[in-house]
Amino acid sequence: MRYLANVTTLDYRAEKCAGCGRCVEVCPHGVFAMQEKRAVLTDRDRCMECGACAMNCEFGAITVSAGVGCASAIINSMVYGGPPTCGCEGTAGGGCC
Amino acid sequence: MQQKLTLITKEQKAAAGGNASCCGPAAAGSRDLARDLLCCPQAGTAAPSWVTGAAPSPAGAVPRISSAWTAADAWGMVRSRTGAYRMRSTVPPGLYALGEPGRDSDVLVTANYKLSFDILRRELRGLAAWVLVLDTKGINVWCAAGKGTFGTDELVRRITEARLSEVVSHRRIIVPQLGAVGVRAGDVQKSTGFRISFGPVEARDIPAYISAGYTKTAAMGTIRFPLLDRLVLTPMELNPAIKKFPWFAAAVLLIFGLQPTGVLFQEALRNGLPFLLLGLAAVLSGAFLTPVLLPFVPFRSFAIKGWITGMLSVLALHRGAGMHLPGGAVVVAAAYLFFPAMSSYLALQFTGSTTYTGMTGVKKELKYAVPAYLGAAGLSAVLLLVFKLKEWRLV
Repeated sequence: MRYLANVTTLDYRAEKCAGCGRCVEVCPHGVFAMQEKRAVLTDRDRCMECGACAMNCEFGAITVSAGVGCASAIINSMVYGGPPTCGCEGTAGGGCC
Repeated sequence: MQQKLTLITKEQKAAAGGNASCCGPAAAGSRDLARDLLCCPQAGTAAPSWVTGAAPSPAGAVPRISSAWTAADAWGMVRSRTGAYRMRSTVPPGLYALGEPGRDSDVLVTANYKLSFDILRRELRGLAAWVLVLDTKGINVWCAAGKGTFGTDELVRRITEARLSEVVSHRRIIVPQLGAVGVRAGDVQKSTGFRISFGPVEARDIPAYISAGYTKTAAMGTIRFPLLDRLVLTPMELNPAIKKFPWFAAAVLLIFGLQPTGVLFQEALRNGLPFLLLGLAAVLSGAFLTPVLLPFVPFRSFAIKGWITGMLSVLALHRGAGMHLPGGAVVVAAAYLFFPAMSSYLALQFTGSTTYTGMTGVKKELKYAVPAYLGAAGLSAVLLLVFKLKEWRLV
């Protein structure tokens, strides 16, 4: 299953990569792979912007505008402001977690 | 087990100064958890069935847990999957012992959502390991990591509080891969000395991961979204929609029953019933059929997928089953506008439960979908108004 193409905010700067492999270890969609001791992007459109790679890249090679891909969270943040979070508290029965 | 229980009680009695009650002032460290669970659980309740005793550790007694599920655990899973009870389904955070772990046993981290904890201990059957439960407010690893409650700070705090560096002699700790969204491995190592290995996505792969020397295959590190996973999520899609259904039903009956002289109940039922059925069909197609048939419904957009299944369900009822709609073309047009949009809206909500939809993509969908929904709802309202005015012979 694939989601919309060409939307992800994932940005990878290979020149900063030190080859630690953490991004490969944490990405749940195999967006990164190791090639000659450097990380390479395999299939950028599989990125779901969870942010695990950027969080664990100690060399600042990866940036992504991470957030939940959840319609009701985004609608809530549009209506009430604030960042979209997986709304379990306060939204009785409507939680997505 | 009974022996160990007694042991703890005596120990705690001694700690409390030989008092008859073991619930003396709390001691520091992980000893508290064993004491709370075994010796003096909350007034009037027995120790949870998954705690089988206490395991000794260099940092004090640690509650020993079983990998077996009781009927209560299985029932808890059903309730968690279907209703609001899920938020109260938690286990006390802290360190636990599974089997007979020693100084060199692995440490596995999880969330304090009971179902996450239960699945982990079930999958570790036959292994000896330490299980470190973080306080995620009863939310699963992935969602809690997104919020940051399954995060670097909480992990560092729990490692310190449990005196993990005394419990084990090594400095490695296994964090679920999906927890990486909230846990910065480098920072944890700097603060605690423990080096994180991000384990497999699914708990069931942990034994294979460990025996392969903490390496995972590509499949173990990839999240999928198979039929069964989608199916178990649908009750929580249907549940909120069904809860709002009485409001929808009341509105439909009011619209179709409203006469210049008042609300005619028979009229409301006769003319409103098809709309109620179409509403139910839209809920089913958006919140059940679309998630279940996800890969088979064309297009990647959830809004479009939901619109398609919604349109098919309207067609099936109206053209296929020959449902009679009152009031002619205007009401038919309103139904074909409104119900596919309703199904589309519900399907779009499922983006919150999938394992592969990103925020930017969902925002893009909403940019087009929300105006479309408002348009469809507004236009259907106008069409129904025209129908009512005609019915009342005002136009």
